[in-house]
Amino acid sequence: MGIEVVVEGLTKSFGKQNIWRDVSLTLPAGEVSVMLGPSGTGKTVFLKSLIGLLKPEKGRVLIDGVDMVRSPEKDIYETRKLFGLMFQDGALFGSLSLFDNIAFPLREHTRKKESEIRRIVMERIEVVGLLGAEGKLPGEISGGMRKRAGLARALVLDPQIILCDEPDSGLDPVRTAYLSQLLIDLNAQIDATMLIVTHNLDIAATVPDNMGMLFRRELVTFGPREVLLTSDEPVVSQFLGGRREGPIGMSEEKDAATLAAEADRTTPAASRVIVPQLEPSPGLPPRRAVARRRERVMRMIDALPPAARSAIRETYARDAATATVTAPVAGGGA
Amino acid sequence: MITGALRETGRLFALAAEVSRAVFRRPFQFREFTEQFWFVASVTILPAALVSIPFGAVIALQVGSLTQQLGAQSFTGGASVLAVVQQASPLIVALLIAGAGGSAICADLGSRTIREELDAMEVMGVSPVQRLVVPRVLAAMGVAVLLNGLVSVVGILGGYFFNVVMQGGTPGAYLSSFSALAQLPDLYVSELKALVFGFIAGIVAAYRGLNPRGGPKGVGDAVNQSVVITFLLLFFVNMVMTAVYLRIVPPKGG
Repeated sequence: MGIEVVVEGLTKSFGKQNIWRDVSLTLPAGEVSVMLGPSGTGKTVFLKSLIGLLKPEKGRVLIDGVDMVRSPEKDIYETRKLFGLMFQDGALFGSLSLFDNIAFPLREHTRKKESEIRRIVMERIEVVGLLGAEGKLPGEISGGMRKRAGLARALVLDPQIILCDEPDSGLDPVRTAYLSQLLIDLNAQIDATMLIVTHNLDIAATVPDNMGMLFRRELVTFGPREVLLTSDEPVVSQFLGGRREGPIGMSEEKDAATLAAEADRTTPAASRVIVPQLEPSPGLPPRRAVARRRERVMRMIDALPPAARSAIRETYARDAATATVTAPVAGGGA
Repeated sequence: MITGALRETGRLFALAAEVSRAVFRRPFQFREFTEQFWFVASVTILPAALVSIPFGAVIALQVGSLTQQLGAQSFTGGASVLAVVQQASPLIVALLIAGAGGSAICADLGSRTIREELDAMEVMGVSPVQRLVVPRVLAAMGVAVLLNGLVSVVGILGGYFFNVVMQGGTPGAYLSSFSALAQLPDLYVSELKALVFGFIAGIVAAYRGLNPRGGPKGVGDAVNQSVVITFLLLFFVNMVMTAVYLRIVPPKGG
């Protein structure tokens, strides 16, 4: 089972420029979470802070009792072995072939025999659909392939926490859909805690159990996906609707005057439909996170906004209905 | 401005300290070390030999002409050996290690940094300092020491050739004056200088490579700066080491 990630009051600035402040959230163990946010709101910085590559000035990131911000470097290095991070453009080693890239963590951290390494690496290469390209150098393949290779490398040590930095950027919609499915399948197989940072609405709608959004240097909200999907917060509905009307402007945010002018000619937002969450591919075990999440959400349901409450009840009622029809695949969806 | 310069200096020293500690941390990256050693050696050997011949010759000609005017031709050999072994050789080595080896190290690390390769390495729980920087610094030091020997020999041969063939000096006097003025500690300090210069060149190259400013252009600037900074540091350190050496080791002729 994955490990819980607790973030408390995290604040990060570069020089005088504040990126975000006082971000607190908990990534529940084994569940899939998505962090949304317009470009340039520090989503990648947030990921890098979780793993200790960047050091926020205030706050803590607790993983298994280790604070990734201020613990000794030695503990941080140890804890990082629990992580798999998929970088935005793969961050593969340019001088090594794909095979050697993916084998790198195994060769560094385990004493496995070369035949064993070969077996594991080829298995991961097959999972991400790169069979036949393992001998190529990163410079010889497309951006999408580099991304998938980066994912394979992140997976090779069976991480407890998987972080994906914009898994969709540079991929076509079909590949993005495959990748979404791949992430869910992975979660079903290894039950790792996952955080996906993206601004892709398809991924946001179908993959996560939990969702959050960063905007204007703050965490707008973080919680079960229904909370964000039913939220009537202007910035959330603008973002999810992909509209121009709202607080997000071309250069990050708009001033009050433009907003007021806009308010007069706003078209009412089309009501959003909550799409069912993806389920693991047939043949895979059900996601263990689903039952845990259900219990957790039911415990906190009274604290949630009414819209989210009814949406959650609705989904779970629908799940119960389908579960009785297609008996053995119980508990899928959220 | 001043705090900025101090901060950079502080970080440079911090990296030097970290590298010194990481040298003793297992596992030692033997493969990377061998590859880097071979690489640095291959880009420096030929230029070093080619530079040291005219350098030895210039010293021989200059010293030869001076000693002739003073009527001390018999010491030409000793004087030029001292100049080559103690000063010229470590400096030639330093310039080549910094210019050829250091710039390549800096460019390599710099491009890896902007491609996020080093971040990826840290995320995988592997320290880039131990994995990449330590082998490079050790390679620069090792090559510097060995290269120093080569440059000394080639420089002295060049000096000998020019003194004996061009200036009509006597081979016997040239050789016998070696031991009149030069002594073994001269060679020791020469190798020590080369070792220190190799360390500095490696550390500065790695430091600039690990901290390039923004994009590919930043890497180019970093390489440029690393070479300039190394040169400045090396000439300064050379002066200090020479001054200290002349203080603590009594000259043989005296």
